[in-house]
Amino acid sequence: MSFNPRGAFAIFSFELMRAFRTFFQSIFAPVMTTSLYFIVFGAAIGSKMTQIGGVSYGAYIIPGLLLLTLLGETTSNASFGIYMPRFTGTIYELLSAPVGVAETLIGFVGAAAAKSLILAAIILVTASFFVDYHIAHPLLALLYIVLVAAAFALFGFALGVWADGFEKLGIVPMLILQPLTFLGGTFYSITMLPQPWRSIALANPIVYLVNGLRWTFTGQSDVNIWISFALTIAFLALCAGVIAWMFKTGWRLRS
Amino acid sequence: MQPILEIQGLTKRYADGPIALDAVDLTINQGEIFALLGPNGAGKTTLIGAVCGLVRPSGGTIRAFGVDLAKDWRSARARIGLVPQEMATDMFTKVSDAVNYSRGLFGLKRDPARIEEILTSLTLWDKRDSQIRHLSGGMKRRVLIAKALAHDPQLLFLDEPTAGVDVELRRDMWRQIGAMRAKGTTIVLTTHYIEEAEEMADRVGVIDKGRLLLVEEKRALMARMGSIEAEFALAVPLREVPAALVDYPLVLSDDGASLTYRGHGGAVDARGEVARLTEALVRSNIAFTALDTRQSSLEDIFVDLVEQKA
Repeated sequence: MSFNPRGAFAIFSFELMRAFRTFFQSIFAPVMTTSLYFIVFGAAIGSKMTQIGGVSYGAYIIPGLLLLTLLGETTSNASFGIYMPRFTGTIYELLSAPVGVAETLIGFVGAAAAKSLILAAIILVTASFFVDYHIAHPLLALLYIVLVAAAFALFGFALGVWADGFEKLGIVPMLILQPLTFLGGTFYSITMLPQPWRSIALANPIVYLVNGLRWTFTGQSDVNIWISFALTIAFLALCAGVIAWMFKTGWRLRS
Repeated sequence: MQPILEIQGLTKRYADGPIALDAVDLTINQGEIFALLGPNGAGKTTLIGAVCGLVRPSGGTIRAFGVDLAKDWRSARARIGLVPQEMATDMFTKVSDAVNYSRGLFGLKRDPARIEEILTSLTLWDKRDSQIRHLSGGMKRRVLIAKALAHDPQLLFLDEPTAGVDVELRRDMWRQIGAMRAKGTTIVLTTHYIEEAEEMADRVGVIDKGRLLLVEEKRALMARMGSIEAEFALAVPLREVPAALVDYPLVLSDDGASLTYRGHGGAVDARGEVARLTEALVRSNIAFTALDTRQSSLEDIFVDLVEQKA
């Protein structure tokens, strides 16, 4: 046996089942929060704002709001998924089973990414009730969302292996990802910023993610979209490499 | 007997602690129940963890089913089951979902009939739709066993399987373990209850401070290292041990009313010596009104062994 597909599917379905078991926390709450943004910034304030690059303000902020939810939720879901077995001790079963890094990642990371895709679909449908928008490059938008979900699910998994307490699980999504996303052009174009803030903003990697997705939605971006795609793929590869190292050395997994 | 597990020179040294396993050599034979005994922190769980993939050995080799675990771990792990010492379960999962998950994790397709059979044998079938958190401690431990059996392992590790369960449930679990062995499963168990090893094991190993002190067949060990204590209640108190009996290891009580024999060096030999002593008492016209004998348990042997090596 060189690969254990049933093992990977067992983890994947178990993790998805966990998300649906906690439906209100995993699905309903983030959709509700994002909907409030659409109501306030899209429907209420957005109608009084001028268009940005020929796109209504409500439609302009959709990719950023989608990422705001997606990055936090994907990271949290994936980190929680692997941290809980470590915390409760049930990881013994995973470590003693004939599953390696590939099955584990397909299971945990795949489930976290799948949850995020479901979440993204619900958010986009919900957004359509408040904001009039259309997606310029739907296939590329889907590809980009899948890429971002996979990258941040890997990141979350690594975070869940690294964390040695619940506090650390919350620190990264709340104190790093959320501020960077807010300041990463979710609600504005960074071209609106005066210097030196515009140049400083370019050091924020989330700016490239937001603009990458925004380009697939509206056809416009503040940065080169190839950099956005390349950066996302590089981040995904980096996280995969870190996790492969974690499994090879057993760091924080095996004693 | 065919070896199913061969451990050679297994060493585990933690960076910030003492040696947990010190060059352990151990062979487990197919179809046997092997009990690994040792005090807390002796290295029992580390040894099991090293075989099951939870602990990274610092040195040595482990071969299971004829393959090197460091190289072909997938095929070996697929045939090994583990019931951990800690009550580690996903509390919000239903019993049947948890057991099905374990089966899938080990690469087997769903088999509702087999899962029903396992749950029924562990008297968990009625609880199959209950969340694990709603079960009693004993039931939770059964769930752990059911999960370990879900992929029909040929080699099963039970790490303190009856810790914290009541006497009735413990005896029930002993029956379950006996039934598993009857189906051909090789079982390695660690336990604090020496009585458990005495009841079930074919062979015992004693480990302390990471070193395997002894591996021997249980009956042979008890015959070789066991002892007998025999107390004669005398009809007439004696002032001293009679000259005809001085060659026997006898102790006369302070009031002279009882004579106690303590024989070491093997239960079989000691039992024969008690018989000869009884005849000698009769020949010497020393009457006694009662005779109490007590054979040492595996626990006595274990305590002696660990204390000697301390």
